[in-house]
Amino acid sequence: MNPKQKNRLIIIGLVGTLLAAAVALVLVALQENINAFYSPSDIVKGKAPIDRTLRVGGLVVAGSVKRDPQSLKVGFDLTDGAHQVRVTFSGILPDLFREGQGIVAQGRMRAGVFEADEVLAKHDENYMPPEVQDALDKAQQQGVIDQLRMPHGEGAQ
Amino acid sequence: MWQWFHRLGSPQRFYRLAGTVSTALMVAAAILAAAGLYYGLVDSPADYQQGESVRIMYVHVPAAWMSMFIYMVVAASSLVVLVWRIKVADAFARASAPIGAWFTFLALVTGSLWGKPMWGTWWIWDARLTSELILLFIYFGYIALRNAIEEPETAARAAAILALVGVVNIPIIHYSVEWWNTLHQGATVTKFDKPSIHLSMLIPLLLMAFAFKFYYLAIALRRARSLVLEREKGSRWVREMFGGTA
Repeated sequence: MNPKQKNRLIIIGLVGTLLAAAVALVLVALQENINAFYSPSDIVKGKAPIDRTLRVGGLVVAGSVKRDPQSLKVGFDLTDGAHQVRVTFSGILPDLFREGQGIVAQGRMRAGVFEADEVLAKHDENYMPPEVQDALDKAQQQGVIDQLRMPHGEGAQ
Repeated sequence: MWQWFHRLGSPQRFYRLAGTVSTALMVAAAILAAAGLYYGLVDSPADYQQGESVRIMYVHVPAAWMSMFIYMVVAASSLVVLVWRIKVADAFARASAPIGAWFTFLALVTGSLWGKPMWGTWWIWDARLTSELILLFIYFGYIALRNAIEEPETAARAAAILALVGVVNIPIIHYSVEWWNTLHQGATVTKFDKPSIHLSMLIPLLLMAFAFKFYYLAIALRRARSLVLEREKGSRWVREMFGGTA
Protein backbone atom coordinates (compact mmCIF):
# COMPACT_ATOMS: atom_id res chain seq x y z
CA MET A 1 0.00 0.00 0.00
CA ASN A 2 1.48 3.36 -0.92
CA PRO A 3 0.97 6.46 1.28
CA LYS A 4 -1.77 7.81 -0.95
CA GLN A 5 -3.80 4.63 -0.65
CA LYS A 6 -3.19 4.57 3.08
CA ASN A 7 -4.52 8.13 3.38
CA ARG A 8 -7.65 7.24 1.43
CA LEU A 9 -8.25 4.23 3.67
CA ILE A 10 -7.84 6.37 6.81
CA ILE A 11 -10.26 9.01 5.49
CA ILE A 12 -12.86 6.39 4.62
CA GLY A 13 -12.43 4.80 8.03
CA LEU A 14 -12.89 8.13 9.82
CA VAL A 15 -15.92 9.18 7.81
CA GLY A 16 -17.39 5.71 8.24
CA THR A 17 -16.97 5.84 12.02
CA LEU A 18 -18.58 9.27 12.24
CA LEU A 19 -21.46 8.15 10.05
CA ALA A 20 -22.05 5.01 12.11
CA ALA A 21 -22.04 7.08 15.30
CA ALA A 22 -24.53 9.56 13.82
CA VAL A 23 -26.88 6.79 12.70
CA ALA A 24 -26.61 5.09 16.10
CA LEU A 25 -27.62 8.35 17.81
CA VAL A 26 -30.59 8.80 15.50
CA LEU A 27 -31.75 5.23 16.11
CA VAL A 28 -31.44 5.59 19.87
CA ALA A 29 -33.43 8.83 19.70
CA LEU A 30 -36.12 7.13 17.62
CA GLN A 31 -36.09 3.97 19.76
CA GLU A 32 -39.71 4.13 20.87
CA ASN A 33 -41.10 5.16 17.51
CA ILE A 34 -39.56 2.29 15.62
CA ASN A 35 -41.28 -0.36 17.71
CA ALA A 36 -44.11 -1.95 15.77
CA PHE A 37 -46.15 -2.52 18.92
CA TYR A 38 -46.34 -1.85 22.65
CA SER A 39 -46.34 -4.54 25.32
CA PRO A 40 -49.21 -5.01 27.81
CA SER A 41 -46.83 -3.66 30.50
CA ASP A 42 -46.40 -0.43 28.52
CA ILE A 43 -50.17 0.01 28.49
CA VAL A 44 -50.74 -0.86 32.15
CA LYS A 45 -47.89 1.40 33.25
CA GLY A 46 -49.17 4.23 31.06
CA LYS A 47 -46.10 4.33 28.81
CA ALA A 48 -48.19 3.83 25.68
CA PRO A 49 -50.18 6.69 24.10
CA ILE A 50 -53.55 5.07 24.79
CA ASP A 51 -55.58 8.01 23.52
CA ARG A 52 -54.94 7.10 19.89
CA THR A 53 -54.71 4.02 17.65
CA LEU A 54 -51.82 1.79 18.57
CA ARG A 55 -50.64 -1.79 18.40
CA VAL A 56 -50.19 -4.08 21.34
CA GLY A 57 -48.33 -7.38 21.15
CA GLY A 58 -48.06 -10.34 23.51
CA LEU A 59 -49.01 -13.94 24.12
CA VAL A 60 -52.64 -15.08 24.25
CA VAL A 61 -53.27 -16.28 27.80
CA ALA A 62 -54.32 -19.95 27.86
CA GLY A 63 -57.96 -20.38 28.81
CA SER A 64 -58.82 -16.73 28.33
CA VAL A 65 -60.32 -16.92 24.83
CA LYS A 66 -64.09 -16.35 24.90
CA ARG A 67 -66.02 -16.56 21.64
CA ASP A 68 -69.53 -15.19 21.18
CA PRO A 69 -71.53 -18.04 19.57
CA GLN A 70 -73.86 -15.58 17.79
CA SER A 71 -71.21 -13.49 16.02
CA LEU A 72 -67.55 -13.23 15.18
CA LYS A 73 -66.84 -11.43 18.43
CA VAL A 74 -63.98 -12.80 20.44
CA GLY A 75 -62.22 -11.69 23.60
CA PHE A 76 -58.94 -12.78 25.10
CA ASP A 77 -56.18 -11.69 27.46
CA LEU A 78 -52.79 -10.69 26.17
CA THR A 79 -49.74 -11.00 28.39
CA ASP A 80 -46.04 -10.25 28.31
CA GLY A 81 -45.38 -12.25 31.45
CA ALA A 82 -45.71 -9.27 33.77
CA HIS A 83 -49.04 -7.63 32.92
CA GLN A 84 -52.22 -8.47 31.06
CA VAL A 85 -54.57 -6.55 28.81
CA ARG A 86 -58.05 -7.65 27.77
CA VAL A 87 -58.57 -7.51 24.00
CA THR A 88 -61.83 -7.70 22.10
CA PHE A 89 -62.07 -8.23 18.37
CA SER A 90 -64.79 -8.80 15.83
CA GLY A 91 -63.66 -10.51 12.66
CA ILE A 92 -61.73 -13.42 11.26
CA LEU A 93 -58.63 -14.36 13.22
CA PRO A 94 -55.48 -15.51 11.40
CA ASP A 95 -54.86 -19.26 11.15
CA LEU A 96 -52.01 -19.16 13.62
CA PHE A 97 -54.17 -17.61 16.34
CA ARG A 98 -54.33 -19.92 19.34
CA GLU A 99 -53.77 -19.90 23.07
CA GLY A 100 -50.14 -19.32 23.94
CA GLN A 101 -49.47 -17.82 20.50
CA GLY A 102 -47.80 -14.44 20.08
CA ILE A 103 -50.10 -11.94 18.37
CA VAL A 104 -50.15 -8.24 17.54
CA ALA A 105 -53.46 -6.37 17.74
CA GLN A 106 -54.15 -2.92 16.32
CA GLY A 107 -56.87 -0.74 17.78
CA ARG A 108 -57.38 1.53 20.79
CA MET A 109 -58.16 1.43 24.49
CA ARG A 110 -61.78 2.00 25.48
CA ALA A 111 -62.78 1.73 29.14
CA GLY A 112 -59.82 -0.42 30.09
CA VAL A 113 -60.35 -2.88 27.25
CA PHE A 114 -58.35 -2.90 24.04
CA GLU A 115 -60.75 -2.86 21.11
CA ALA A 116 -58.86 -4.30 18.16
CA ASP A 117 -59.79 -3.75 14.55
CA GLU A 118 -56.98 -5.95 13.24
CA VAL A 119 -55.30 -9.00 14.76
CA LEU A 120 -52.03 -10.32 13.32
CA ALA A 121 -50.30 -13.53 14.33
CA LYS A 122 -46.63 -13.49 15.15
CA HIS A 123 -44.80 -16.75 14.62
CA ASP A 124 -41.57 -17.68 16.31
CA GLU A 125 -38.23 -18.59 14.81
CA ASN A 126 -38.59 -22.33 15.45
CA TYR A 127 -39.25 -24.68 12.59
CA MET A 128 -39.86 -28.40 13.03
CA PRO A 129 -42.05 -31.21 11.76
CA PRO A 130 -45.32 -31.87 13.68
CA GLU A 131 -44.07 -35.29 14.86
CA VAL A 132 -41.18 -33.68 16.66
CA GLN A 133 -43.55 -31.32 18.47
CA ASP A 134 -45.78 -34.28 19.41
CA ALA A 135 -42.81 -36.16 20.78
CA LEU A 136 -41.71 -33.10 22.75
CA ASP A 137 -45.19 -32.63 24.20
CA LYS A 138 -45.37 -36.28 25.19
CA ALA A 139 -41.96 -36.21 26.78
CA GLN A 140 -42.87 -33.07 28.67
CA GLN A 141 -46.10 -34.58 29.94
CA GLN A 142 -44.25 -37.56 31.29
CA GLY A 143 -41.74 -35.17 32.75
CA VAL A 144 -38.93 -37.30 31.44
CA ILE A 145 -36.54 -35.22 29.44
CA ASP A 146 -35.51 -31.63 29.47
CA GLN A 147 -32.15 -31.87 27.82
CA LEU A 148 -33.53 -33.36 24.60
CA ARG A 149 -35.75 -30.33 23.98
CA MET A 150 -35.30 -28.32 20.86
CA PRO A 151 -34.62 -24.66 21.66
CA HIS A 152 -38.33 -24.05 21.82
CA GLY A 153 -40.28 -21.84 24.11
CA GLU A 154 -37.81 -19.27 25.33
CA GLY A 155 -37.73 -17.45 22.02
CA ALA A 156 -41.47 -17.37 21.65
CA GLN A 157 -42.07 -14.33 23.80
CA MET B 1 -1.99 -13.37 -1.61
CA TRP B 2 -1.33 -9.77 -2.58
CA GLN B 3 0.26 -10.84 -5.82
CA TRP B 4 -2.76 -12.98 -6.64
CA PHE B 5 -5.02 -10.06 -5.77
CA HIS B 6 -3.17 -7.74 -8.10
CA ARG B 7 -3.08 -10.27 -10.90
CA LEU B 8 -6.83 -10.67 -10.66
CA GLY B 9 -6.99 -6.92 -10.99
CA SER B 10 -5.62 -7.16 -14.49
CA PRO B 11 -8.61 -6.94 -16.84
CA GLN B 12 -7.18 -9.45 -19.29
CA ARG B 13 -6.62 -12.15 -16.69
CA PHE B 14 -9.95 -11.46 -15.08
CA TYR B 15 -11.72 -11.80 -18.43
CA ARG B 16 -10.25 -15.24 -19.06
CA LEU B 17 -10.67 -16.59 -15.55
CA ALA B 18 -14.20 -15.24 -15.07
CA GLY B 19 -15.48 -17.09 -18.14
CA THR B 20 -14.32 -20.51 -16.93
CA VAL B 21 -15.27 -20.01 -13.28
CA SER B 22 -18.71 -18.68 -14.23
CA THR B 23 -19.61 -21.81 -16.20
CA ALA B 24 -18.49 -24.11 -13.37
CA LEU B 25 -20.48 -22.10 -10.81
CA MET B 26 -23.57 -22.17 -13.01
CA VAL B 27 -23.48 -25.96 -13.19
CA ALA B 28 -23.00 -26.22 -9.42
CA ALA B 29 -25.90 -23.80 -8.84
CA ALA B 30 -28.22 -25.81 -11.10
CA ILE B 31 -27.43 -29.08 -9.29
CA LEU B 32 -27.82 -27.51 -5.84
CA ALA B 33 -31.07 -25.79 -6.80
CA ALA B 34 -32.53 -29.02 -8.20
CA ALA B 35 -31.64 -30.88 -4.99
CA GLY B 36 -32.78 -27.99 -2.78
CA LEU B 37 -36.14 -27.66 -4.56
CA TYR B 38 -36.75 -31.40 -4.39
CA TYR B 39 -35.93 -31.65 -0.70
CA GLY B 40 -37.65 -28.36 0.09
CA LEU B 41 -40.90 -28.84 -1.82
CA VAL B 42 -41.30 -32.63 -1.79
CA ASP B 43 -39.18 -34.38 0.76
CA SER B 44 -39.15 -32.04 3.77
CA PRO B 45 -41.92 -32.14 6.40
CA ALA B 46 -44.58 -29.49 6.92
CA ASP B 47 -44.12 -27.22 9.92
CA TYR B 48 -45.80 -27.96 13.27
CA GLN B 49 -47.43 -24.53 13.26
CA GLN B 50 -47.35 -23.19 9.76
CA GLY B 51 -48.14 -26.35 7.81
CA GLU B 52 -47.24 -26.35 4.14
CA SER B 53 -46.81 -22.56 3.97
CA VAL B 54 -43.40 -23.01 5.55
CA ARG B 55 -42.05 -24.03 2.14
CA ILE B 56 -41.99 -20.37 1.08
CA MET B 57 -39.03 -20.19 3.46
CA TYR B 58 -36.81 -22.13 1.04
CA VAL B 59 -36.95 -19.21 -1.39
CA HIS B 60 -37.60 -16.30 0.95
CA VAL B 61 -34.78 -16.82 3.43
CA PRO B 62 -31.97 -17.45 0.90
CA ALA B 63 -33.18 -14.46 -1.13
CA ALA B 64 -33.08 -12.25 1.95
CA TRP B 65 -29.60 -13.49 2.86
CA MET B 66 -28.42 -12.81 -0.69
CA SER B 67 -29.86 -9.30 -0.67
CA MET B 68 -27.53 -8.46 2.23
CA PHE B 69 -24.58 -10.58 1.11
CA ILE B 70 -24.52 -8.98 -2.34
CA TYR B 71 -24.72 -5.55 -0.76
CA MET B 72 -21.63 -6.34 1.30
CA VAL B 73 -19.87 -7.49 -1.87
CA VAL B 74 -20.79 -4.23 -3.61
CA ALA B 75 -19.56 -2.28 -0.59
CA ALA B 76 -16.28 -4.23 -0.31
CA SER B 77 -15.64 -3.77 -4.04
CA SER B 78 -16.41 -0.09 -3.64
CA LEU B 79 -13.80 0.20 -0.90
CA VAL B 80 -11.25 -1.38 -3.24
CA VAL B 81 -12.31 1.08 -5.95
CA LEU B 82 -11.90 4.09 -3.68
CA VAL B 83 -8.61 3.08 -2.11
CA TRP B 84 -6.77 1.07 -4.78
CA ARG B 85 -8.60 2.28 -7.92
CA ILE B 86 -8.85 -1.22 -9.35
CA LYS B 87 -11.16 -1.20 -12.37
CA VAL B 88 -12.13 -4.85 -12.15
CA ALA B 89 -13.51 -4.28 -8.65
CA ASP B 90 -15.66 -1.49 -10.06
CA ALA B 91 -16.94 -3.75 -12.81
CA PHE B 92 -17.79 -6.40 -10.23
CA ALA B 93 -19.68 -3.95 -8.02
CA ARG B 94 -21.56 -2.58 -11.00
CA ALA B 95 -22.41 -6.10 -12.20
CA SER B 96 -23.60 -7.16 -8.73
CA ALA B 97 -25.95 -4.28 -7.90
CA PRO B 98 -28.91 -5.20 -10.15
CA ILE B 99 -28.70 -8.83 -9.03
CA GLY B 100 -28.78 -7.69 -5.42
CA ALA B 101 -31.77 -5.47 -6.16
CA TRP B 102 -33.63 -8.41 -7.69
CA PHE B 103 -32.90 -10.65 -4.71
CA THR B 104 -34.15 -7.88 -2.40
CA PHE B 105 -37.30 -7.60 -4.49
CA LEU B 106 -37.74 -11.38 -4.38
CA ALA B 107 -37.32 -11.42 -0.59
CA LEU B 108 -39.93 -8.66 -0.21
CA VAL B 109 -42.44 -10.31 -2.55
CA THR B 110 -42.09 -13.83 -1.12
CA GLY B 111 -42.19 -12.35 2.37
CA SER B 112 -45.42 -10.60 1.53
CA LEU B 113 -46.91 -13.81 0.10
CA TRP B 114 -45.88 -15.61 3.27
CA GLY B 115 -47.13 -12.84 5.56
CA LYS B 116 -50.71 -12.95 4.31
CA PRO B 117 -51.50 -16.56 5.31
CA MET B 118 -49.34 -16.59 8.47
CA TRP B 119 -49.53 -13.14 10.00
CA GLY B 120 -52.75 -12.07 8.36
CA THR B 121 -51.29 -9.11 6.48
CA TRP B 122 -49.31 -8.50 3.29
CA TRP B 123 -47.30 -5.72 4.82
CA ILE B 124 -46.57 -4.04 8.11
CA TRP B 125 -44.25 -1.10 8.71
CA ASP B 126 -42.13 -2.90 11.24
CA ALA B 127 -38.38 -2.37 11.50
CA ARG B 128 -37.36 -5.52 9.58
CA LEU B 129 -39.64 -5.00 6.60
CA THR B 130 -38.98 -1.28 6.40
CA SER B 131 -35.19 -1.59 6.55
CA GLU B 132 -35.27 -4.28 3.84
CA LEU B 133 -37.36 -1.93 1.67
CA ILE B 134 -34.78 0.81 2.29
CA LEU B 135 -32.11 -1.63 1.07
CA LEU B 136 -34.02 -1.94 -2.20
CA PHE B 137 -34.09 1.86 -2.52
CA ILE B 138 -30.35 2.06 -1.81
CA TYR B 139 -29.74 -0.42 -4.64
CA PHE B 140 -31.94 1.73 -6.90
CA GLY B 141 -30.01 4.82 -5.88
CA TYR B 142 -26.69 3.13 -6.60
CA ILE B 143 -27.79 1.95 -10.04
CA ALA B 144 -29.37 5.31 -10.90
CA LEU B 145 -26.31 7.28 -9.79
CA ARG B 146 -24.03 5.12 -11.93
CA ASN B 147 -26.19 5.62 -14.98
CA ALA B 148 -26.59 9.34 -14.38
CA ILE B 149 -22.87 10.08 -14.73
CA GLU B 150 -21.32 9.77 -18.18
CA GLU B 151 -17.67 9.71 -17.23
CA PRO B 152 -16.79 6.17 -15.97
CA GLU B 153 -14.17 7.19 -13.36
CA THR B 154 -16.44 9.76 -11.72
CA ALA B 155 -19.43 7.43 -11.87
CA ALA B 156 -17.42 4.66 -10.20
CA ARG B 157 -16.23 6.88 -7.35
CA ALA B 158 -19.57 8.57 -6.71
CA ALA B 159 -21.40 5.26 -6.67
CA ALA B 160 -18.74 3.70 -4.45
CA ILE B 161 -19.24 6.42 -1.83
CA LEU B 162 -22.99 5.85 -1.92
CA ALA B 163 -22.47 2.09 -1.53
CA LEU B 164 -20.23 2.58 1.51
CA VAL B 165 -22.67 4.97 3.17
CA GLY B 166 -25.45 2.43 2.64
CA VAL B 167 -23.58 -0.20 4.65
CA VAL B 168 -25.07 1.25 7.88
CA ASN B 169 -28.38 -0.28 6.83
CA ILE B 170 -27.07 -3.85 6.84
CA PRO B 171 -26.63 -4.32 10.62
CA ILE B 172 -29.92 -2.48 11.07
CA ILE B 173 -31.68 -5.08 8.92
CA HIS B 174 -30.01 -7.94 10.74
CA TYR B 175 -30.57 -6.71 14.30
CA SER B 176 -33.93 -4.98 13.72
CA VAL B 177 -35.75 -8.00 15.12
CA GLU B 178 -33.71 -7.82 18.34
CA TRP B 179 -33.53 -4.07 18.86
CA TRP B 180 -37.21 -3.34 18.38
CA ASN B 181 -40.58 -5.02 18.65
CA THR B 182 -41.30 -6.35 15.21
CA LEU B 183 -43.92 -8.63 13.73
CA HIS B 184 -41.13 -10.46 11.93
CA GLN B 185 -39.65 -13.21 14.09
CA GLY B 186 -36.03 -13.36 15.22
CA ALA B 187 -33.12 -15.12 13.55
CA THR B 188 -33.33 -18.89 13.17
CA VAL B 189 -29.97 -19.79 11.62
CA THR B 190 -27.77 -16.67 11.55
CA LYS B 191 -27.08 -16.44 15.27
CA PHE B 192 -24.43 -17.75 17.63
CA ASP B 193 -26.84 -20.22 19.19
CA LYS B 194 -27.75 -23.56 17.71
CA PRO B 195 -30.15 -23.07 14.76
CA SER B 196 -33.74 -23.46 15.92
CA ILE B 197 -34.80 -25.41 12.88
CA HIS B 198 -35.11 -29.15 12.45
CA LEU B 199 -32.33 -30.78 10.43
CA SER B 200 -34.79 -32.07 7.81
CA MET B 201 -35.68 -28.43 7.03
CA LEU B 202 -32.23 -26.96 7.53
CA ILE B 203 -30.66 -29.12 4.80
CA PRO B 204 -32.92 -27.94 1.93
CA LEU B 205 -32.60 -24.38 3.23
CA LEU B 206 -28.81 -24.50 3.08
CA LEU B 207 -28.87 -26.23 -0.33
CA MET B 208 -31.00 -23.39 -1.67
CA ALA B 209 -28.77 -20.81 0.01
CA PHE B 210 -25.68 -22.19 -1.72
CA ALA B 211 -27.55 -22.53 -5.03
CA PHE B 212 -28.48 -18.83 -4.84
CA LYS B 213 -24.94 -17.87 -3.89
CA PHE B 214 -23.35 -19.77 -6.77
CA TYR B 215 -25.96 -18.48 -9.18
CA TYR B 216 -25.21 -14.92 -8.11
CA LEU B 217 -21.44 -15.38 -8.49
CA ALA B 218 -21.88 -17.00 -11.91
CA ILE B 219 -24.09 -14.19 -13.22
CA ALA B 220 -22.04 -11.42 -11.60
CA LEU B 221 -18.80 -12.74 -13.12
CA ARG B 222 -20.45 -12.98 -16.52
CA ARG B 223 -21.79 -9.44 -16.31
CA ALA B 224 -18.53 -8.06 -14.93
CA ARG B 225 -16.72 -9.78 -17.79
CA SER B 226 -18.72 -7.97 -20.44
CA LEU B 227 -18.36 -4.67 -18.56
CA VAL B 228 -14.58 -5.15 -18.53
CA LEU B 229 -14.60 -5.98 -22.22
CA GLU B 230 -16.64 -2.88 -23.05
CA ARG B 231 -14.40 -0.64 -21.00
CA GLU B 232 -11.22 -2.10 -22.46
CA LYS B 233 -12.47 -2.14 -26.03
CA GLY B 234 -9.68 0.14 -27.23
CA SER B 235 -6.89 -1.87 -25.61
CA ARG B 236 -4.47 -4.14 -27.34
CA TRP B 237 -5.48 -7.45 -25.77
CA VAL B 238 -9.10 -7.03 -26.78
CA ARG B 239 -8.23 -6.20 -30.36
CA GLU B 240 -5.86 -9.12 -30.53
CA MET B 241 -8.47 -11.47 -29.11
CA PHE B 242 -10.86 -10.58 -31.88
CA GLY B 243 -8.22 -10.93 -34.57
CA GLY B 244 -7.71 -7.21 -35.13
CA THR B 245 -4.31 -5.60 -35.51
CA ALA B 246 -2.79 -3.78 -32.58
